[in-house]
Amino acid sequence: MAVDAHSAVGPAIDNSCLECRPEPFFKTLARHGLEIKRDRTDTLQINVGFYCNQVCRHCHLEAGPGRLEIMDLHTMNDVVAYAGRSGFQTVDITGGAPEMNPHIEYLIEDIAPLAGRIMLRSNLTALGNKQTDDLIKLCCRHRVVIVASLPSVKTSQTDSQRGKGVMDASIAMLRKLNNFGYGQAGTGLELNLVSSPSGAFLTASQAQSEKRFRDDLERKYGLVFNNLFTFANVPLGRFRSWLQESGNLDRYEQRLAESFNPCTIQGLMCRTLVSVSWDGYLFDCDFNLALRAYLGGLKKHVSEMEGAPEAETRIPIGDHCYACTAGAGFT
Amino acid sequence: METYYDPADLARFAEISEGAPELAKKFFEYYGAVFAEGELTEREKALIALAVAHAIQCPYCIDAYTQTCLEKGVSIEEMTEAVHVSCAIRGGASLVHGTQMRKIAKKLSM
Repeated sequence: MAVDAHSAVGPAIDNSCLECRPEPFFKTLARHGLEIKRDRTDTLQINVGFYCNQVCRHCHLEAGPGRLEIMDLHTMNDVVAYAGRSGFQTVDITGGAPEMNPHIEYLIEDIAPLAGRIMLRSNLTALGNKQTDDLIKLCCRHRVVIVASLPSVKTSQTDSQRGKGVMDASIAMLRKLNNFGYGQAGTGLELNLVSSPSGAFLTASQAQSEKRFRDDLERKYGLVFNNLFTFANVPLGRFRSWLQESGNLDRYEQRLAESFNPCTIQGLMCRTLVSVSWDGYLFDCDFNLALRAYLGGLKKHVSEMEGAPEAETRIPIGDHCYACTAGAGFT
Repeated sequence: METYYDPADLARFAEISEGAPELAKKFFEYYGAVFAEGELTEREKALIALAVAHAIQCPYCIDAYTQTCLEKGVSIEEMTEAVHVSCAIRGGASLVHGTQMRKIAKKLSM
């Protein structure tokens, strides 16, 4: 494999030029003759609110116990009706901690018949905060795919990103999910893990990380899962504040820009997903939601939408998009 | 204050090819091949590089390979152990030369 001088002596080589600002994302796209337009939309992502029991240092939405923006029942009904008239293949429920929305069971019950695949993003500890296992039983019944955050198999790294004691609580919940059949062969109950770096650096290769997680979790804890996904942290919200305070922002943004991979554009999630926020407004992705950059650049409520967004419509972009186009990308 | 080591100089490493482009090209191709996945994983190679960087005390390499190791999923605990390996080999290399000292001293002494 040939490399140029910028690759030798590791990746920090270009990042040391702290005066250098990365090329704006739109210029990088233009230089490669690329543009980001919507494909056929098959996924509805529902952000049910920013309320969360954790205060993760990398959270682009700045979710936490003090955030009271939660999707109410009225908006939830609008979202379910929208799913009913749009025919999405996949529904992806996220937050905050979606488990902490008081209407989450209602949402799953109502929307499950409307999509082939339902995903629930969990930080594992909120799922454990429930007084009963009713939500887990409901997920089992509807074959809800659980997508669980676990940044690292090392306690120090997981706790530094997500809070003290999170690793132990996460392992306990993974064990419970395994006992319910999640992640176990032949049950049809899919348990996927998501790992994002606990600092100002990029992710390990997904395949290598998955092997390491699988080996370590099995060896140390006897735990199993289906797939691991690795994502770069997006320099927005609380993560951006941390990057600024720690003096890492310029170098991190430069690193993301240097890792731009034009091959990621085709598979970007924003091309096939529409995201609805807790208050019912629509976005092209959860990161544009954080920036309040509306779907196609137009503020529109879910109750006003006739169906899935049309193909070929434009997607608002910004320098934060480098995080989804770095290396293997963000799917 | 000016110092011999400026982190910004690392970004200028490519300029080394201006003096001898063919040699630089060969070096960087070789470098890339060395660090590609092989019998050893990229992760293992990054840890070795980090340990060697400490042995030769190259601040550019320590900076670069700390970041690389983090990106390969290496923990601080693992990196610290790698640095101790480097330390042990360096320290052991000094100490083992004590056998020469002892041989010479023995020969010269009554």
